[in-house]
Amino acid sequence: MARKEYSFYPGCSSERKASASNYMVSVESMCKTLDVKLNEIPDWNCCGASIGYAEGGELPRHIMNARNIAISEKENPGQDIVATCAACWLGTKETQERITHSGELLADVNEILKEAGLKYEGKQPVRHMVEVLIEDLGYDELAKPVKKPLEGIKIAGYVGCQTNRPFGVLGESFENPKYLDKLTETMGATALDKYEEKVTCCGGALAFSEPDKSYVQIKKIIESAYDHGADMIVTPCPVCQMNVEVYQGQINKKFGTKFNIPVMYYSQLMTVAYGGSAKEAGLDGNIIRATKLEEIAAKK
Amino acid sequence: MTDLNKAMVETYRNDFLKEVEANVEEGNWVKMCMQCGVCSGSCPFGPDWEHPPQEIFAMIRAGKRDEVLKSESMWMCTSCYNCIVRCPRELPITHIMHGLANYAHRLGIAPKMNPTRRFAKIFWDNIAKSGRVNELELSIRLYFMNGFMKGIKTGLEMLPVGLGMLKTKRLNPFGLFAHGGIKRKGELHKMLKKAYEIEDKRKGFAK
Repeated sequence: MARKEYSFYPGCSSERKASASNYMVSVESMCKTLDVKLNEIPDWNCCGASIGYAEGGELPRHIMNARNIAISEKENPGQDIVATCAACWLGTKETQERITHSGELLADVNEILKEAGLKYEGKQPVRHMVEVLIEDLGYDELAKPVKKPLEGIKIAGYVGCQTNRPFGVLGESFENPKYLDKLTETMGATALDKYEEKVTCCGGALAFSEPDKSYVQIKKIIESAYDHGADMIVTPCPVCQMNVEVYQGQINKKFGTKFNIPVMYYSQLMTVAYGGSAKEAGLDGNIIRATKLEEIAAKK
Repeated sequence: MTDLNKAMVETYRNDFLKEVEANVEEGNWVKMCMQCGVCSGSCPFGPDWEHPPQEIFAMIRAGKRDEVLKSESMWMCTSCYNCIVRCPRELPITHIMHGLANYAHRLGIAPKMNPTRRFAKIFWDNIAKSGRVNELELSIRLYFMNGFMKGIKTGLEMLPVGLGMLKTKRLNPFGLFAHGGIKRKGELHKMLKKAYEIEDKRKGFAK
């Protein structure tokens, strides 16, 4: 039996050939090393993400999440729900919190779930993967499997918004959360703890609809990383990862900058530090390649 | 003016605050705002809001119904939640802005051409259909929402991004034909239909 077991909500971007498929690859490798078992919620659906509100309103939006929670309670009883995506975690947790505080919403939700023979109880805590790592395992346990410390790699820990606000990670401040820096230090890398833009918004979903305004945000996030001498940016959020990595070319064109900095997931770092190959860490899924990580991964 | 909008104006007459409290998500918090302005100063797109959140709260209480609901302002919310965690009165500001945008959209008086409103609709239709995001379809619909020629232009501008995603296997080139979505789509459709029915009844949208 695995050391820990969770009811897993991977989310749309983690699907095969989706924008965060490399996140998923690295999470699987990381969890294998840590002996953590992820039981996928059967037939999970989208959480509604951060712009679902406009057309989805309240109840339809909450139903998307309530369905996942109800399936999880039925199929993976007694396990905490764990999401790897910041928006999935936030959406699911928010729905659970609203239902907890409203008897009317609970009644509505269960009335609707009856259509599918499901029932909402709300007994399973909804958690983000980083919470599982630092709270259930702890930094000391996470350090144990390190085979190849990421020595000499300077990292700008970009926490972003949705793993940090409004819920955040217990014991961390909204303005200067430290867990990501601690996590990268645990892997033997150097965390740039003076990095100013660690909780700056990348524009989120509005990078699609308001690209020019979002590029200004992304530019700040990258510039500060360069100012501090970062080799790469690391993040726990698939939207942050995508926005900060894939638009660097567009931003260079618009502002005359020469950005070309890798943007990685914490799980990719951890997989490499744990001795995983570049493929196991999903390094081939990054458009801007993290050569320093690839070199370490290639070392025997 | 849409019929639904007319009906709401009739019902609430000059009491826009009461209308917001009754029909907008978390609207009952609006009267708690003490006009400190921390929300407006904390917003990443702050300078782009015609009326930042603090102003929106004052305008609601002043009964400026059209100016609020027809504004592009709330559509600037990136869901970063800075305003929520910094508000000294702990107003759920992000949700109120989402709620106002949704209400205006539902009444049919939100700015027609606002790109985020249109993208949000495309997004919801995308997930409600199959249960999961189809990223290729989503991007194509977004790029082409302003017509064919504009779509080709945006598509060409974004081509390097798309090719990068394809090369790293983070985009499904056959997504338009081979996107699976969830298995029990019918179940989801039934549940969403019912959710809309109940919500419409509760908010007085039902005929």
